Order: sequence, then structure tokens, then C-alpha cells
Amino acid sequence: MKSTADLRAFQRVMMGALVRPLGSATEAGAGFIKPNSRLTALERLEIYHRMYWFRLIDSVTDDSPGLAFLLGEAKFDRLVRAYLGKYPSRSFTLRNLCSRLPQFIREEPRWTSPRTALAWDVARFEWAQTVAYDGEERPLLSPAEIAGVPPARLRLALQPCLSLLALDFPVDDFVMAVKKRNTLRDEASNAREAGGRAGRRAKRVAPPRRGRVYLAVYRLGGRLHYLRLELGGFRILEAIRAGRSLARAIAAGGRLRPAQVEEWFATWMKFGWFCRTPL
Amino acid sequence: MPANRFNGHTSHGIGIGLRVPHYAHILDQKPVVGWFEIISENFMVDGGRPLEILDRILEQYHVVQHGVSMYLGSADRPDRAHLKKLKQLVRRTRTPWVSDHLCWGSVDGTYSHDLLPMPYTFAAAKRTAEKIRQVSDYLGVPVCVENVSSYAEFHVSEMTEWEFLTEVVERADCGILLDVNNIYVSSKNHGFDPYDYLNGVPAERVGQMHVAGHTKFEKYILDTHDHPVLDPVWQLYAHATRRCGVTATLLEWDDKIPSFDEVHNEALKANEFIADAGEDFNRKIGKVGKNPDSPSRSSRPSC
Repeated sequence: MKSTADLRAFQRVMMGALVRPLGSATEAGAGFIKPNSRLTALERLEIYHRMYWFRLIDSVTDDSPGLAFLLGEAKFDRLVRAYLGKYPSRSFTLRNLCSRLPQFIREEPRWTSPRTALAWDVARFEWAQTVAYDGEERPLLSPAEIAGVPPARLRLALQPCLSLLALDFPVDDFVMAVKKRNTLRDEASNAREAGGRAGRRAKRVAPPRRGRVYLAVYRLGGRLHYLRLELGGFRILEAIRAGRSLARAIAAGGRLRPAQVEEWFATWMKFGWFCRTPL
Repeated sequence: MPANRFNGHTSHGIGIGLRVPHYAHILDQKPVVGWFEIISENFMVDGGRPLEILDRILEQYHVVQHGVSMYLGSADRPDRAHLKKLKQLVRRTRTPWVSDHLCWGSVDGTYSHDLLPMPYTFAAAKRTAEKIRQVSDYLGVPVCVENVSSYAEFHVSEMTEWEFLTEVVERADCGILLDVNNIYVSSKNHGFDPYDYLNGVPAERVGQMHVAGHTKFEKYILDTHDHPVLDPVWQLYAHATRRCGVTATLLEWDDKIPSFDEVHNEALKANEFIADAGEDFNRKIGKVGKNPDSPSRSSRPSC
């Protein structure tokens, strides 16, 4: 190994050996590794190979409790392995690991069939929670800053950490119920270890029935929140996010009572959804 | 060295990692702690609760940044977006130094999220040192590189791990975060004497030390950070402080995390092993009884 090019070639081979599917056989990479008296070269490589997969699967599982519950352990595991096989991490942080999971579910429905539509909604909602948790929050827009600007010229901006979701299933309640169940289960597990009997409180959670829901997932006071929107309000917010003027955004909402629109905007302002546009 | 240019001429004493299960205790009880080490990547976010917590911690404590994904040994160029976010965090924390690992973990933009061992070659050392210089210049703070624990060695290596570490830090003119537990783990996995390693590193470049627990399996030892520190590691630590002086020391406990007090008390055990070591070191450099700034127990922050 005499150059950076040699180093890169070495690292490409080793990375290929790490990210290959779990359980698949390979000699690639092992040729670089010295055996010792207890482990062959391949066994030493396997330590890293397994750690790679277990770390990433754990990370996706942590961020996807609703999806994991919906699919069950074995099916979820197969989905995650397939997902990471197609979309290995391209970010320095594991925080972004699930960013393409909703897209993958749409691209390869066989991993979630026959519940692909529900799985897609759950995955989008769970990614929206990650975005809301630590996404960017810009300085709030004050009413004084937009006073006097005609609605036809006024363009508002929504907080980057706010997600708008049009869902075919009410997955908000479902995912929250799963999280609550998991918390109770963990507490029960701890209680059992301590000799308690708290296990009976963790109830079963039924998957939601189909039903259109429009949702905003956002952060307020450092905490995650979600709010169901009416269709008109959802359309207005989507139009604002798309860069339409305030007048055109309100028109996109359909035939609405002015008092209703005024009330929505007052609520959205109170929740801090409008921010200054980036310079 | 107790305070040197690689740790921003600080004497932080004994610290622990800032971890989520301890947030409430720290913010409510405000325990006396020498310093907290944060995982930089956990706070390289655009907003939200992580940064709110960090800002509250910064009001009360010294914080030092420790990275896990700069991958200084990767052949790829440093990621500008990563560096930009890291620099924003450096400005926020006012960390006296930053550390990351002497390893690789990404190639062509794909990340393993692991700390993969380097081939110990001169070409790899040269490339790694170039990257460390670039990173340090960009961030404007000293960089310390940490030796990793490893489970594999490579045929292409041209030197020992400690020779490679020395080659890199001398070329980069950077500091060392000496992880004593990692030396122990690797020594058992590869069959070298950990004291040869300790005696081989340039002591004057050590700006920080790590101690941690590990797990023994039948055929190898894994660096798990889920146990108290084992006695052989404390003995190595004592030797390291005799060689390098008493420097900023941090206990890593990242899995099966017990109460704050248990973690902190485990970290404070370091005092038992550095008391004599500090005197030995001072005697060696002729400071005992002469210099009020010598790294004696009483001069360290109470912790």
C-alpha cells in the first residue's frame, strides 16, 4: 500500500465486505486480514460485519417503533435489511438513517405487503417526528413584519421542522399507542426484574382502519406535537410551503369562511409555524 | 501532560460522558463534575431539545467535544458539510480541543458508523495526518486523535499500532486522546504487551485519556463501555499517568447506563490511581515541592 489510491481501494473492498447481506458468504476482505491463534481471518471480519448490521438495524428499530410493531419482528427485520442493502447510510449521523425508508416502502412493496399503504403512512409519520425533534427552527415571523403587505404579494415561510402529512390511516394515534405500550412493557419488565407485577397494564394495540387524516407534526416548547388539520387548512399550508402568495394559498384552501381562515392563522401563528424566509 | 497545547492548556480533571439518562439529574441536582464530554454528532443538529439541553449544561459546566464520524483515516477528503456543522458546534461549546478517532469508517460517501482499524502503513499515516491538519486548521482548535480498539490486523501493515499512532501525530503535529481501555482490549485481541504500547507513544502529546469497561468473550474482547473499569485497565491507567502526567481523564459508559452517581463514582476511582502517579511524574520533571501549578490532587478541580 503505497498511496492514497491504494488506501481507497483497500477501504472499498473492506466496506463491500461489511455491507454485504447478513449471512452471505464471502472471502472478499478476509484476504487482507491476519488470522490469530483463536480466530480465522474470516471470523475476525465477521465481528465487524455483524456489528455493522446490528448497529444499523438497532438504530432503525429505535426510530421506527410503530413500523416494527405493525410488521412484527421477523418481517420488520427483513424490511430493514433490504432497505439498508439498497440505501446504506450516506450521512455522518445515524439520525438520518430512516430518511429514505418511506420512499423504499413505496419502491419495494413486497417487504410490507399486504399492509404497504399503512406501513408507508407509519414510516412517514415516524420520520416527521425525527424532523420535528431536532430539525431547524428559524426565527419567528412577527405580525409587525408583514403588516401592510398586500396578500397578493405576501409570501410566508413554514418552519423547516414542521411536516405536513396527508395520510390514508390515522397513524398518529396508532404510533402513540404503540409507544405507550412499549413504555409500559419496559416498565413492566423492570418491575418484574424487581419482583413487581406491573406487566398486565401493557395492552394490545390494533392497527388503525383506513381513514383520511391531514396532519401537522411540529415542535413546540422543545416537545413534539401533532395536530389534525381540516382539508382546507392543510391545502393552505401546503400552498404556503410551495411558495405561493398568501392570497393564492388561501384560494387553494377552497370555499372557506373568512372567520375560519382567520382562526386557523391565529392558531398557526401561536404555534410558531411561520418563520422568516431565509436571506 | 497535565495542561498542554493539545488540550488548550486546560486542567479539567476527571469527567464523564454526557448521556441522555442523566440529563434530568444533572439539570436538577447540578452535581459537581470536572467536565462533560459530548458526542459531537449528537449535537450537530439544527435545533430542538438536544441543543436546548446543551446550552443549559454549558451554563454550568466545562464541555469537551468528542467525535465519532470524522473518519480521519478514510481516504476520502473531509466532508465540508460535516466540518461546517462541527465548527458551528465548536463555536457554541467553546471546547478547548476536539477529539476523534484514528480510524476509518466511510468510503465514497457510504458510512459504516463503526470505528474501523487502519492498515498501519506510511502511506495511510501520511494521508491521515494531512486530513488532521486540514480539520484542525478549519476548526481553529487543537485536535486529539484517539486510538481505537480493534479485532483485526492487516497483512499490509508496516509497523505496530503505536508506531503508526506516533507517525500520524508527529506528521500532523496534533495531540493524542489515549484510550487506555482500547489499548488493553487490542493487546488481548492481538497478543501484544500493552505496556510496550504505552511506553511507545509520545507522552508529551497526550492531551486526554479515556477509561472504560469491556466484555470478554471466548475468543476475543469487545469494547462495550457497559461495565465498570476492570483492574488491569486501571493499572494501565496508573502507568499512563506516570509516563504522561495527570491529564484530563474521562470515563466512557455508553450502554446499560446506571445512575449518574454510579457512573460518576466509577470515574472518580481514577483519583486512586493517579495520586502516586502524579508524584512520580512530578519527581521525574523536577516539580515536586517547587511549582504551585504542579498537577497535584489539590490543584485539580474538585470532582
